[in-house]
Amino acid sequence: MTDAAYSTGALPAIEPVSIPLKALLPWAIFAGLVFVLAIYFVGVEEGALSLISGTSVHEFVHDGRHLLGFPCH
Amino acid sequence: MIAQLLARGLIAGLVAGLLAFGIARVFGEPQVNLAIAFEEASEAAAPHEHAHDHDHVAGAQETEGQSAAPAGHSHGEEALVSRDTQAGLGLFVGVMVYATAVGGLFALAFAFCYGRVGALSARPLAALLALGAFIAFCVVPAIKYPPNPPAVGVGETIAWRTELHFILLFFTLVLIGLAAWLRGRLAASLGGWNAGIVAVAALVVAIGIVTALLPAVNEVPDDFSATLLWRFRMTAMGIQLGLWSVIGLVFGALAAPVVGERRRAAARAVFG
Ligand SMILES: [Zn+2]
Repeated sequence: MTDAAYSTGALPAIEPVSIPLKALLPWAIFAGLVFVLAIYFVGVEEGALSLISGTSVHEFVHDGRHLLGFPCH
Repeated sequence: MIAQLLARGLIAGLVAGLLAFGIARVFGEPQVNLAIAFEEASEAAAPHEHAHDHDHVAGAQETEGQSAAPAGHSHGEEALVSRDTQAGLGLFVGVMVYATAVGGLFALAFAFCYGRVGALSARPLAALLALGAFIAFCVVPAIKYPPNPPAVGVGETIAWRTELHFILLFFTLVLIGLAAWLRGRLAASLGGWNAGIVAVAALVVAIGIVTALLPAVNEVPDDFSATLLWRFRMTAMGIQLGLWSVIGLVFGALAAPVVGERRRAAARAVFG
């Protein structure tokens, strides 16, 4: 059994065409950075590290931080 | 095509976030509130001795005046953000931002893997990636550094614990990638199914070694309710299970037409 078994159909399966890395790289870097930063603000900011002074971000997302499994307290 | 995939990843993340928020709000908040009540009761009983009896291996030394929370971190009357806001809008925003962001990252991972992981079509690939993400973001952390409610965890060790958390996440993601690569290498000689078994077995052993090498953290107060801890952790796992199931299934359905699989399905309907 091979992967082709996943895409069985009346027609022979068409090989999925990969997206060239050159096209993917700028997206991965810039969008990836934005997403990682967003996760950082929910999960880490004003805990282990702090970009903004105070604890208001930490307190605001506090319950989510615990329930999403990030270290807190 | 990448922009389209990205937009669908964000949509899948938003939908998943709504479910995750619902689980967190209904099943998680009662546990959080009980944990905060415990924290406040034990702080009132012994303001400077609370959380002194933890036993983590390395890291924080016992400092004077240690409390369960870092400076300025409080839940009571004096809290900067009210409990209602933390449990309502704050929880909603936190979970939605997290879910949308991981949805976006998921789309990027999908864009990289599509056409590179065997001949998997969009939907099974998305489901498989979501399973991998669930293992990396929930199962493996649950084995070594499980989610903790308020009152569990020493403020002074937060940096160390955060470091360990992300080191484990990093290694798990790398090892899952290596396992996928190994399966691809072995598929020709062993066949797809057996190559998958070997790759998963290798992954389990490798993750076992990594988790064994990383230091243990145990900061659960001796008198903390085992039932409450269990319920909190089960809820946290439920949130992740809901989150990744929805991301994988919704994204797969949304991404299939983007990568040109609708035409194939339509042709199949006509000729099949
Ligand atoms: Zn906390």
